[in-house]
Amino acid sequence: MTKPRTGYIRPLDLKNGQVDMTHGSGGRAMAQLIEELFLTAFDNEYLRQMNDQASFQIPAGRMVMATDSHVVSPLFFPGGDIGCLSVHGTINDVAMAGAVPLYLSASFILEEGFPLADLARIVESMANASRQAGVPIVTGDTKVVERNKGDGVFITTTGVGIVPHGVNISGDLARPGDAIIVSGTVGDHGVAILSVRENLSFGTSIQSDTAALHGLVAAMVAAVPGIHVLRDPTRGGLATTLNEIARQSGVGMMLRETNLPIRTEVRAACEFLGLDPLYSANEGKLVVICRQEDADALLEAMRTHPLGQDAALIGEVIEDDHHFVQMETAFGGRRIVDWLTGEQLPRIC
Amino acid sequence: MKYIDEFRDGQLAQKLAADIRREARSDRAYGLMEFCGGHTHAIFRYGVQGLLPDNINMIHGPGCPVCVLPIGRVDSAIELAYRPNVILCTYGDMLRVPGSNRVSLLKAKAGGADVRMIYSSADALKIAQENPDKQVVFFAIGFETTTPPTAVAILQAATMDLANFSVFSNHVLTPAAISAIMGSGEARVDGVVGPAHVSTVIGSRPYELFAEQYHMPVVIAGFEPLDVMQAILMLVRQLNEGRAEVENEFSRAVTRDGNLKAQAMVAEVFELRKTFEWRGLGWVPDSGLQIREKYVAYDAEKRFELPYQSVADHPACECSAIIRGVKKPLDCKVFGTVCTPDNPIGSCMVSSEGACAAYYTYGRYKESR
Repeated sequence: MTKPRTGYIRPLDLKNGQVDMTHGSGGRAMAQLIEELFLTAFDNEYLRQMNDQASFQIPAGRMVMATDSHVVSPLFFPGGDIGCLSVHGTINDVAMAGAVPLYLSASFILEEGFPLADLARIVESMANASRQAGVPIVTGDTKVVERNKGDGVFITTTGVGIVPHGVNISGDLARPGDAIIVSGTVGDHGVAILSVRENLSFGTSIQSDTAALHGLVAAMVAAVPGIHVLRDPTRGGLATTLNEIARQSGVGMMLRETNLPIRTEVRAACEFLGLDPLYSANEGKLVVICRQEDADALLEAMRTHPLGQDAALIGEVIEDDHHFVQMETAFGGRRIVDWLTGEQLPRIC
Repeated sequence: MKYIDEFRDGQLAQKLAADIRREARSDRAYGLMEFCGGHTHAIFRYGVQGLLPDNINMIHGPGCPVCVLPIGRVDSAIELAYRPNVILCTYGDMLRVPGSNRVSLLKAKAGGADVRMIYSSADALKIAQENPDKQVVFFAIGFETTTPPTAVAILQAATMDLANFSVFSNHVLTPAAISAIMGSGEARVDGVVGPAHVSTVIGSRPYELFAEQYHMPVVIAGFEPLDVMQAILMLVRQLNEGRAEVENEFSRAVTRDGNLKAQAMVAEVFELRKTFEWRGLGWVPDSGLQIREKYVAYDAEKRFELPYQSVADHPACECSAIIRGVKKPLDCKVFGTVCTPDNPIGSCMVSSEGACAAYYTYGRYKESR
């Protein structure tokens, strides 16, 4: 890690200081924030060049690019924070094309008065996530908005990656007869966030599942290069993601409720609040659709990876002109698993 | 999950369904009204109707707190929210219910009104404490289940002498609504699946009067699917035997007298309104609660001199008839076309416990085949 330049009279007060308007003004204070906080944490050869852009060679092949803005409340939650989430989220968006993520950018919108100590914590978390994933943050930006015009910190990350030859994964490739698999328990992140929401805190041991999934994807693509669809079911949860894919591919889906991996604590919390775990967000899970004959090999490959240990076959793609996602319930009935309308809200009584 | 999974056992459901099929006489029809939106939700979510014989017709009643609130009351809340210096707090589903001209509290919020979604009445109190220079109004809705927490909030505000907190009370009473439906004779109801959570507060005793008066069997049931099916079986048995009694399937939570402490708190703070307008049922005497004179300082209707104007439903919307059990969602011309959960015309499409939303979410595949 490079040492910060010593050109400033006083170092940033990362313990008690606050973001102020000068940190976004383009002047010396902003340079100091970038050098002493961002560059120190994210340190890599591209950032060290101190240009407004990162310049790098690209391998031949199909490039993918994804961007994602993160506005999480609260900023720190069980199992993670907005920092690592912003890294994992974009890596996952890139990886869901079957791609190998290469580089990230990070853009911060900071609110005047935001504690520098919290910012440092978030940046450190991003740096760790980026380092662990092996995907460097190579360029970035910082803006400051006046007090009450932001929500502490917003982070936008953009990622680029390369798709290996022979891989063609897209949301419109689900076909009737295909198997639907999830990589693990669903709904964990949403419940972890709810558990620490102001006015709604309840005791639970549930941690966010936030994680970078590109390693798992690489293992899956190696085992079954002909995967049809990959997607990470984030906001709106598994139900919304499957509805998106069903519409994109012009197919229906039939899920089996008894096969869905859901933690008991998540089920209990959702039961208590009148919510449905199928609509609860995930940040470290993926759903994959492949030919039925590839399902066993794919499941085996997934289960050997730490992030896919609880992978489960949850249903199959069917023909349906209405593009409905349905579920055979544990109760023996059948119901639609519809799009989420608005936000999931706890019941009134 | 203990105490949950036992009530969702698929094998038990099949056995119960077989019992119902065996005992339901083929020479008659059974019109059973589930009063509570919670039951409507359970019936659709678990596909209970599909397990019943064709001659058992489940009629969806008015027991969804969001569905029964008339447009005029929504308009009053929106008007209040737009007043300067007012923070209007309410439960989530209320935000999306359209008032006149399809303006909802959510749209008012986007238009600059200070509207806050809360999870409990205590949240509204907290917001009032944190904003002493604002008037914080709790837009209180619901049946007997949500009334005690509102009473507690008012009692706490009085204890704290909180001058910037008030309640816009729209609390309504279940037995009055059931009586209104029975009295109108419009819906062909042979038996009632009695409310779950409401009955934990008021007990089973209040239903005895109209079981007798209308010779109507009532079985109070929990919200789990097996609870509902067991209640249906019990109603079929009562009807076959010509009985009209109040039976309690939900004995694990409901007693004959209910929660006396909660009832006492409600009685301390609230009194009966002479009449209250319901969507679908019109003006129903002794069916709503207003804040007693003793706590008038916390009554938003008085503090803000809120006028009330009755507003007719959208002409194409059949919510009123659906709430009365006279029509089904599919009888409505705008169901699923102009009126969807994302763009509701009527209140029954808003709440997840509304009959139209339940039909739309869980039932439309079956209907489309």
